[in-house]
Amino acid sequence: MSEQQSTEARPAPDPLTPVLSDTWDADRSWTLASYVDRGGYAGLRAALAQDPAEVVSTVKTSGLRGRGGAGFPTGMKWGFLPPPDGGPRYLVVNADESEPGTCKDIPLMMASPQTLVEGVAITSYAIGCDHAFIYVRGEVLHVYRRLLRAVEEAYAAGFLGKDIQGSGFDLDVTVHAGAGAYICGEETALLDSLEGLRGQPRLKPPFPAVAGLYARPTVVNNVESIASVPSIVARGADWFTSMGTERSAGFGLFSLSGHVTRPGQYEAPLGTTLRELLDLAGGMRGGKALKFWTPGGSSTPLFTDAHLDTPLDYESVAAAGSMLGTRALQLFDETTCVVRAVSRWTDFYAHESCGKCTPCREGTYWMKQVLARIEAGQGTEADLDLLLDTCDNILGRAFCALGDGATSPVTSSIELFRDEYEAHITEHRCPFDPSAAALFDYTPRPARVLTAGVH
Amino acid sequence: MTIDAGPATNGSPAGGPRSRPGYDPETYARLAADAAQIVARYPQARSALLPMLHLVQSEDGYVSRDGILFCAEQLELTAAEVSAVATFYTQYKRHPNGTYTVGVCTNTLCAIMGGDAIFDELSEHLGVGHDETTEDGAVTLERVECNAACDYAPVMMVNWEFFDNQTPGSATDVVDRLRAGEQVAPTRGASSVCTFKQMSRVLAGFPDGRADEGVGAGEPTLAGLRLAREHGWTAPTTEKAAAPAGGENTAEKPVTGGEQSSAEREPTTEADVDPGGKPGTPGTRPDPSKGADA
Repeated sequence: MSEQQSTEARPAPDPLTPVLSDTWDADRSWTLASYVDRGGYAGLRAALAQDPAEVVSTVKTSGLRGRGGAGFPTGMKWGFLPPPDGGPRYLVVNADESEPGTCKDIPLMMASPQTLVEGVAITSYAIGCDHAFIYVRGEVLHVYRRLLRAVEEAYAAGFLGKDIQGSGFDLDVTVHAGAGAYICGEETALLDSLEGLRGQPRLKPPFPAVAGLYARPTVVNNVESIASVPSIVARGADWFTSMGTERSAGFGLFSLSGHVTRPGQYEAPLGTTLRELLDLAGGMRGGKALKFWTPGGSSTPLFTDAHLDTPLDYESVAAAGSMLGTRALQLFDETTCVVRAVSRWTDFYAHESCGKCTPCREGTYWMKQVLARIEAGQGTEADLDLLLDTCDNILGRAFCALGDGATSPVTSSIELFRDEYEAHITEHRCPFDPSAAALFDYTPRPARVLTAGVH
Repeated sequence: MTIDAGPATNGSPAGGPRSRPGYDPETYARLAADAAQIVARYPQARSALLPMLHLVQSEDGYVSRDGILFCAEQLELTAAEVSAVATFYTQYKRHPNGTYTVGVCTNTLCAIMGGDAIFDELSEHLGVGHDETTEDGAVTLERVECNAACDYAPVMMVNWEFFDNQTPGSATDVVDRLRAGEQVAPTRGASSVCTFKQMSRVLAGFPDGRADEGVGAGEPTLAGLRLAREHGWTAPTTEKAAAPAGGENTAEKPVTGGEQSSAEREPTTEADVDPGGKPGTPGTRPDPSKGADA
C-alpha cells in the first residue's frame, strides 16, 4: 500500500469500521426517534451553523469519492455547479441500485433511511438546492415505504420543509419510484426517466452540473455517497481521512455474496483486501477453493485467487486490471461454470440495453446468442474470436457505460479461463454439474432448449 | 408493439379506437384527484408520468388502453408518447397481471446458488412460463434481474417484497399459500404481502401506512456489524483521528471522454464545457464503471 507512505504516523483503524451500518442493529432502526437517539442529525446541525461553501470545502477535503462505482470526488462534483443565477438547482440521489452483485444501498435505506435524508438535507444546503429527489428503483416496495415515511417524519420534526431548524433554509424532498430499468442507474438516463421519458442516456457534455434535471444545474450522487456526508460534516475531514488510503479515503460497505460462509455487508476502510474480508466472513463455503470473483459488480473485470491481497481501493484495483466499482464482491468457488456465469450476465446486459446505440443494442444481443450456444455445447472454435471481436466493437463505441460494462465479464473470463470455454466446445457439453454449485440438493433438469430472446 | 386493449367494456360507440379513457365518471374523478396530487410533487408535470402509470396499474392491474389515454389527457401528451414510456419499463404490464407477481432472480449469482432450479420447479408446479399467469389469475411468474439482495441468494420477490434464501420447496409453499388466499409474510418487508394493485398504489407515491412493519435488517445485512460489536471494533473516534493524511484531493475535473463522461462528442458550445473548463480529449480506454451507477 504505497499510497500510505505519508500517513505512517496514524494509528491503523480497526478491521471493520461501522459508521453507516452502526445504527442498523437498533430497535426500529428505521425510525427518526431511533436515529436521533443514536446521534442522528448532528451533521445537519453542524452544517447549518456554517456557510454552505464551508460544507462543500469539508467534503472536498475529506476526499470522499462517489460510492456508486465511478469514484469521482463528491465535493468536486458539487463544486462544478455554476454560480447561482436565481433559478433552481437540484440534487438527485441515485437510489436505482441494480448492478448485478450490488446490494448495499437497498439494505442501507431499509435499515436507516434517515441517514440518507440527513445527507440530502446537508448536501442541498451546501449546493443551494431547495428541491431534492430520491430516485429509488421500483422493485423494492418496502424500501420505498420506508423512504416515504422517513421523509414524512423528517418534515414533521423540522429537518425538512420551511425554515429548517430556524436556519431560514427551505427544502422539499420528493421520493420517486422507478419502474424497472437498469439503465436508469446511468445518471443522465436517470434524469430523463425522472422527467417522465424513456430512460436513455444523454450526450455529455453538457454535464448535469450545467444542464441536468429540467436543464438546470444538478448534482447526481449515489445513496452511499450522500449517506456518508453527515458523518464527515459532524466529525470532520481529518477523521474521514484517518481511514482508507490517501487517494481512496474513508470507509465503505463491502458486500460479500456467493459461495462464502457468511455473506453480508462488511463496512471497512478502503484498501482492505479480500483475504481479510474472507477471513471475517468465515472463508469459502465448505472450505472449497475460490475460483473467480468480481471486485465491484458484474461490469468489472473478473479477479481470481491471485488477487486475494490486492488492496480494495480505487487505484490498486485499477492497477490490477479491474475496477473497485460498487465493492460488490461476488465470490464463486470451483464448482461454478464460468461460461454459465458470463452467459447469464450477458443475458442481463442484452435485456437491459436501452436500444439507443447500435454497438450495445446489437452487440449484447449477438453475444447472448453466441454464449448460449457455447454453454449448450454447440459452439465452435471461431466463436471465441467472434466474442472478442464483438467486444472490441462495443468497448469505447457505445453511447454509455452499459455497453462497456457488458464486455468486461466476457473479455476477462476468456483471458482467464479460455481452457474452460474450449472444453465446452470440444466436449460438446458443459463439464459442470449445476447442482454442485447450488445451496441445496436437487436433480438438474435437462438443458433448456435454445431459443432466441426468451428472456 | 401494441398495448392490450383489455376487455371491450367501454369502447367507443363507433367501434373504432377510443381517444378518451372509458372510466366511469366516479372512477375518473377519483383518479384525476390522485393524478393532481402526483403532479403537485414535481416542478414540471411530465415528471408525474411514471408514478401515474403505477396509479393506472393500481386501478386496472396493468397499463390498459384507458390508463394510457388517461395519462395522456392529464399530462397533455399523445397516447403514443405515453405508450413509448410504458413499454420501456419492465414493471409496467401490457396485459392483466395476476394478483401476485412472483419473480425469481435468475441473474448470475442467484441462478448459480439455486435460482435456476427454483424457477424451473415453480414453472413446472404452476404450469406457466416466464411472464405468464396461472388460470386462477393468482400468480404471474417472472424471471427477474438482480434485485440488490445478493447476500440473501437465492432470492424470490413477491409483489416486490423480499423472500430471502429460498429453496424449491419454500418457493412452492409460498405460491401454494398465495393461491389458497392465505396471508404470506416476506422475510424482509411488511407483515404480509399485499396485492399487485395495492402495491402499484404505493409505488405511485400513496403510502399504505405499513412502513413500520417488519424488520430493519436481516442477518447478512448485520454480519459485519455483529462481528465488529463482538470484537469492539469501531470507526476511529474524532480524537483518535490524528493529523490529516492528504490535503486537497488531486483528481482531475471531468473532461469529455474522461471520468464522468461516456460519450466522445467534442464540445461545440460554451455551455458544453463550463464545468470542466477545458474540452480535453477522449480517453484512450473507456472506463466501464463510470456513470453506470446503480
